[in-house]
Amino acid sequence: MGIRLSQIAKTYGRPGTPRALEPIDLEIASGELVGLLGPSGSGKTTLLRIIAGLEQADRDPAGTIHFGSRDVTEVHVRDRRIGFVFQHYALFKHMTVFDNVAFGLTVQPRGQRPSSGEIRARVHQLLEMVQLERFAQRYPAELSGGQQQRVSLARALALRPEVLLLDEPFGALDAKVRQDLRRWLRHLHDELNFTSVFVTHDQEEALELSDRVVVMSDGRIEQIDAPAALYRAPANRFVFEFLGDVNRLEGEVRDGALTCGEARLAVDLPEGPQELLLRPHELSLEAAPSAAAHLPMTVTAVVPVGAEVRVELAADWLAEPWLATIGHGDFERLDVRRGQRLYALPQRWHRFAAEGRPATQPSLA
Amino acid sequence: MSLALPRLTGRRRVLPGFGLSLGISLMFVSLVLLLPMTSLVGQLSGISLAEYWAIISDGRVVASYTVTIGAAALAALVNAAFGLLLAWVLVRYEFPGKRLLDALMDLPFALPTAVAGITLATLYAGSGWMGRLLEPLGLQVAYTWVGIALAMAFTSIPFVVRTVQPVLEDLPQEVDEAALTLGASDATAFRRVILPHLWPALVTGTGLAFVRSLGEFGAIIFIAGNMPYETEITALMIFVKLQEYDYVGASAIASVVLMVSLALLLAINIWQGHFIKRLHGGRG
Amino acid sequence: MQRIGDAPAVRRGLIGAAVALSALFLLLPLVAIFAQAFAQGVGVFWANVSDHYTLAAIGLTLFITVLTIPVCLVFGVALAWLVTRFSFPGRRLLQTLIDIPFAVSPVVAGLIYLLLYGRNGWIGGWLDAQDIQLMFAWPGILMVTIFVTCPFVARELIPLMQAQGSREEEAAVTLGASGGTIFRRVTLPNIRWALLYGVILTNARAVGEFGAVSVVSGAIRGQTNTLPLHLEQLYQDYNTVGAFASAALLALIALFTLAAKAGLEWRAARREA
Repeated sequence: MGIRLSQIAKTYGRPGTPRALEPIDLEIASGELVGLLGPSGSGKTTLLRIIAGLEQADRDPAGTIHFGSRDVTEVHVRDRRIGFVFQHYALFKHMTVFDNVAFGLTVQPRGQRPSSGEIRARVHQLLEMVQLERFAQRYPAELSGGQQQRVSLARALALRPEVLLLDEPFGALDAKVRQDLRRWLRHLHDELNFTSVFVTHDQEEALELSDRVVVMSDGRIEQIDAPAALYRAPANRFVFEFLGDVNRLEGEVRDGALTCGEARLAVDLPEGPQELLLRPHELSLEAAPSAAAHLPMTVTAVVPVGAEVRVELAADWLAEPWLATIGHGDFERLDVRRGQRLYALPQRWHRFAAEGRPATQPSLA
Repeated sequence: MSLALPRLTGRRRVLPGFGLSLGISLMFVSLVLLLPMTSLVGQLSGISLAEYWAIISDGRVVASYTVTIGAAALAALVNAAFGLLLAWVLVRYEFPGKRLLDALMDLPFALPTAVAGITLATLYAGSGWMGRLLEPLGLQVAYTWVGIALAMAFTSIPFVVRTVQPVLEDLPQEVDEAALTLGASDATAFRRVILPHLWPALVTGTGLAFVRSLGEFGAIIFIAGNMPYETEITALMIFVKLQEYDYVGASAIASVVLMVSLALLLAINIWQGHFIKRLHGGRG
Repeated sequence: MQRIGDAPAVRRGLIGAAVALSALFLLLPLVAIFAQAFAQGVGVFWANVSDHYTLAAIGLTLFITVLTIPVCLVFGVALAWLVTRFSFPGRRLLQTLIDIPFAVSPVVAGLIYLLLYGRNGWIGGWLDAQDIQLMFAWPGILMVTIFVTCPFVARELIPLMQAQGSREEEAAVTLGASGGTIFRRVTLPNIRWALLYGVILTNARAVGEFGAVSVVSGAIRGQTNTLPLHLEQLYQDYNTVGAFASAALLALIALFTLAAKAGLEWRAARREA
């Protein structure tokens, strides 16, 4: 079931105070897994809670929320038939795992409530799905964080919702568990085919898990795109900076080259002051400068991290140090050491106009 | 726990003042709390078990147990409902005068019991503000069993409110929200999710209110009427025996009251510990 | 934000019920005290308050209270320091023991002191031989008042000091501070408001204690009558206005206690925010 938001806005407190959410339009296709990504205070959680019905959107402008063709704008959370997974699980501590998962089924009005046999069968099926059958009679306090979050998921899925909403579902878990649960959720989503929206502040999580990512800041949607497109073609500087580490090169363009102190880079840009942004993996390091680029730098730190090596670089002409990620091949070839003098060779760079959204995106040979 | 361990096993304690504070505390507890209790044992060792039984099972004394326990039970139950309502309203809603209402909840603890006693007696007597309204309806409160329960309820109001309030405050909003997203109605969510969370605090508060009511004296004697066999509470029985210089009788009855109170206090503590263990996986 | 019980009708109904019941059971008695005290005008109220026996009762009550507070303070601080800063066998038991005065009926509390220190008691008998009388005199009143009020300061301090932990004191030790300095400069500033509230509660209870005091006082007018005992006598003598004049004084102390509590809580809430 698709979700369609139109002109959804939210103001906390008195009207007139700054909006937590500017009027937003968003369409999510049936069966899609969408991540809402942004720093804290960007309005992503507010948006999710409005979709759930836990928060009321502003009356002015009069926005609407549709689940498929059903207008749920005025529908109470308990009648929206969504599944919601909370950041801190929100399990009922006084109930066993079984009772937690069964809760949604047992509180249905008498006419619609399944028989207790059916409930038992359904709960066991769900617990099997989240691989927790053995823990049915345990209390939440006796489970690990990852297990609790799986119970919380099973509980949310008990009513077979067509929309599953997750608020920072893995935020409180450690890195390894988070990885496993992420893959597992993706799997579950593909298998059961519901529409999912989840909130995260972790770009890696958003990129890995989502069909499409909605990047938000300051109550606004900055960009909606598939992860690959988002990374390759960020709509603006905020998205670019939020999605990864950034190296900054500021200088003056004259005669087809940008200069900054002793640094020089051939560019095809109008004359005047310019700022270029570079990803760490879009740099290579060499022992000598090339014709196009003369960017002398000193290595200040070398950190091998898994498949790549992170090299921190400093120079007099740089306000902030740069970061380059190079392969182990280059690392060994250049014999990179602290204090060594190397030349950075950008393969690509990005430039965003100071005002407004459009970005130019040339590349270097 | 693991932090406390080295301090327990290590010879030197990091912070100073262990000996001094232990000395003061032990001396105080022994001299002020425990030593006087021994006098009760001393007094009672002079009589046989049969004599003891005769005193505490005397008809008038037994009648006083019935009156005291019955009125205290009623007062505790009324307070459980009233306290739950007040705690809920004070935690969950914002309204003008809320802080005043919150402050008012402590009045019964701050007001001397004798003041509460004469005030309630005057209010509910036939000529008082409340008595004038109630007596034409056939409701006699002053000098009856109902009056005793009223006085007990008044003095123990804060117990339930103040034990339930913090627990309700700590209940995360997500618990409400989880119940609602799963389709529970307000009434169902309250009964099946909120109430079980409050249950330990509610029972503890009600239990403390009951224990307090069993021993209450000052607030009750003015409104009770103190008719033997009908409106005489056990604390008054002890007082009457003392005025008759019957120290043995007073001690025997006091020992019953004391044992019941301490047993209840212990039971409440143990029960509470049991509950906390389950909710926090034995770590609490 | 959606919470259980947020529907306007439910909300209004519950607030209405809570306010109405509280007004009937708590506010009305409070109003009645002052209405009765001033029933025959301010002049009569004043005459009752400045009566010789009333003044004597006020004096004794203040005397007892002033002596009780420091004792409770020393005990409360020592016990709280002991159970929150050290781990030793019997710690839980000690914490349970200080709740005894809350569970024991005030009349029973008075009785056990009377039995021990009265003429027939084993300590009282010996004292009597030395011509020292504790019961039916102010020392007896002081002793039972201490018994009844001793948990308050400790009960206020223990949860606070437990929550704060001993890191700050340990830091002070590593910086070479002595015990007295640590307490005065590190602990005391952290606990002073809880300490103050403990004292206020102790004060309220010490001033108002009735059951225990009535057993050991002998209630001799002008000599061993505290204010609560005095108002009882006036009430039994059908001097209602006189009794309520004393009651009004005690109620004022109660109101002060409530105001102080509200003020301290407000202060704590503001500091957290």
